[in-house]
Amino acid sequence: MRAYKVAILLILSVLTGLARAELTIEITQGMDNPTPIAVVPMAWSGPALSEDVSGIVEADLRRSGQFRPIPKTDMLSFPRTEADVFYRDWRVLGSEYLVLSRLSQTPTGGYSLDYQLFDVLSQKKILQRNVTGGPNNLRDLAHAVSDAVYEAVTGIRGAFSTKMIYVEAFGNEKFRLMQSDADGARERLLLESRQPIMSPVWSPDGKQVAYVSFETGRPAIFRQVLATGERQQLTNFKGLNGAPAWSPDGKKLALVLSKDGNPEIYTLDIASGQFTRVTKHFSIDTEPSWMKDGKSLTFTSDRGGKPQIYQVTLASGRIERLTFEGDYNARARVSPDGKTLVMVHRHNGVFHIATQDIASGDLRILTETHLDESPSIAPNGAMLMYATKHQGKGILAAVSLDAGVKFRLPSKEGDVREPSWSPYY
Amino acid sequence: MLSTGLKKSLTLALIMAALAGCSSTSTTDQDSSANDAMTGTAQTTDTSSTDTMEEAPVLDTIFYFGFDQSSLTADARATLTAHAAQLKAAPRSVRLEGHTDERGTREYNMALGERRAKAVRDFLVLQGVDSTLIETVSYGEEYPASMGSNESAYSQNRRVELK
Repeated sequence: MRAYKVAILLILSVLTGLARAELTIEITQGMDNPTPIAVVPMAWSGPALSEDVSGIVEADLRRSGQFRPIPKTDMLSFPRTEADVFYRDWRVLGSEYLVLSRLSQTPTGGYSLDYQLFDVLSQKKILQRNVTGGPNNLRDLAHAVSDAVYEAVTGIRGAFSTKMIYVEAFGNEKFRLMQSDADGARERLLLESRQPIMSPVWSPDGKQVAYVSFETGRPAIFRQVLATGERQQLTNFKGLNGAPAWSPDGKKLALVLSKDGNPEIYTLDIASGQFTRVTKHFSIDTEPSWMKDGKSLTFTSDRGGKPQIYQVTLASGRIERLTFEGDYNARARVSPDGKTLVMVHRHNGVFHIATQDIASGDLRILTETHLDESPSIAPNGAMLMYATKHQGKGILAAVSLDAGVKFRLPSKEGDVREPSWSPYY
Repeated sequence: MLSTGLKKSLTLALIMAALAGCSSTSTTDQDSSANDAMTGTAQTTDTSSTDTMEEAPVLDTIFYFGFDQSSLTADARATLTAHAAQLKAAPRSVRLEGHTDERGTREYNMALGERRAKAVRDFLVLQGVDSTLIETVSYGEEYPASMGSNESAYSQNRRVELK
C-alpha cells in the first residue's frame, strides 16, 4: 500500500510540472471555516496521463474558498472502491467529505470516469456518477467532478466547467483576445491585432463573443463564432462604437454609438441589422447591461454631473437613477438572480469593485486592490472575476460576492484585463 | 506607423478634401464665420502646394488636460489658434485622437477621450477651420503615452494628439 502511494505521489509531482497554465492561481483569502474534504488520487492503471485529474478537482474546490482539501501526504489510505473505505481513517483527519474516482479507457480511445462522494460523519455515500469524454477531455472530466461535488455539498451549481475570455496587451504594440478555462488553463488565441481590442463579452448560448476592435483605425463592434472563427463587423459609424452587451435571448446587442454627436445607448437587432436608439441626452451614456427579463438596461451616465448607474425601461423609455453613494459608479452588471448590482465604485479616490443590493440600495465594497475594473460574474453568482494591477502589471483577480474569498490569476506574459465569465453552455 | 499604402490614400484623401472645400465655397452660402473660413480656404488653395505646408512653423501637436477635464488650457488655445491659421491657409485632413489616463472604466474613458477630441475640434471650427476636414477618434485609456500608474504618467496620458 505504501509503495503504491509513493508511486502515485511521484507521478503527481511530474504531472504538476507538465500541466502549467498561462495563468496560475494564487489564493489570497479563503473562508474562515472551509469544509475539509479528501480527494483521493484517482485510480488508474494505464500509462501516465497528460493531466492530474484529482489534482484539478482539489484545485477547483480550494479555489472556490468553500473547501480545504486534505493533503495527500496526510492520507492513511488510498481507497479505490467503496469497499476499501474506512470512515475512521477520514474522521481522524477531520475530513467531512471523501471523493473517490476511477478512470478507465473507452473502446474509442476516450476516457470514462466513475466517481463517488461520501459524507464521512454520517458514513453515507451521497453521490455516485459516471462522466465520459474524448482523449483530450481529461480536464473537462475533472471539472465535471468538481461541479457535482460542489453542488452536492453547497447546494449551489458549480461553475468549474465554464470558460472566460479576456484581453492581453503587450505594451501598445500587440493585443490579443484570449479564451481559457475558468481556472486559467487551456488558453486559446481568438484574435490578435496591432490595434486595441476592448470590451469582450459572451453571447448567452456561449457560442459567440462580441468585442470592440480598432483594426480599421476606428473602434468597431465585431462578433465572432468560437467554433469556426468566423467574424462579422456589426457597426461602422463615425465616433464611438462600443460596450456591446448581448440580450438574454441572444437576439439583440445593446451598444454605444456617438454618431449623432455624443455617446448614446442603442439596441441592434442582429438578424435585421436594425438599430433603435434608447437614450437621448447631451451627457455621456455608456456601458449598457441587460436586466434578466430583457425589458430594461442599466447604464452609466454623467447626466447628474458625475458617473452614476441608471436604469432605462425599453418599452417606455422611463429612466431611473440606481446609485447614490459616492461620486463614481460605473459599468454595472446584474447578478444571475437579478438581486445584486456589481460595479466599479470610487472610494477616497481609489477604484474598487462594489455590490449594491437592488431592493435596499445597500452598497458594499468587495475589493482592497487598486484600479479595479471590469467585474464579470460567474453564472452561478458565487464569484466574480475582475481586472486590477499588481506590481505594475495588469492581472485578473476574483472575489466571492460575499467578499469572503479572493484569488489572483497573474499572467506570465502581457497585461491581462477585461475578463468576461462565460454562461453555462 | 502608417503603411506607405495608407499614406498614399491619405494624401489622395487630402487632395480630394481640399478640392471638395473649393467647390463647396462656390455653391454654398453659409453663416458668416463658416464663410470666412471657406473664403480663406479658396483663396489660398489656388497657390498652395506641399512647399508652403513644409514652411509653416512647427507647432505642438499634443494638448494636455486636467483630471476628469475636457476644457482646453490657455497654452492649448494659443497653439490651436496658430494651427487653425495654418489649416485655413493650407487645408488638410486632420485626425484628433483623444486619450485618458487609466483611472476609471474603459468604455467611460472612451467617452471622455471623445469629449476631449471634440473640445479641440470645436475650438478649431470656431477659429474657422472646415469641420469636414477634422476627424475625431477616441482611444480612451488604450494607448497610454506613459506606462506608469502615477500622477506624472497620468498627466502625460490625458491628451489629444493632432495628426
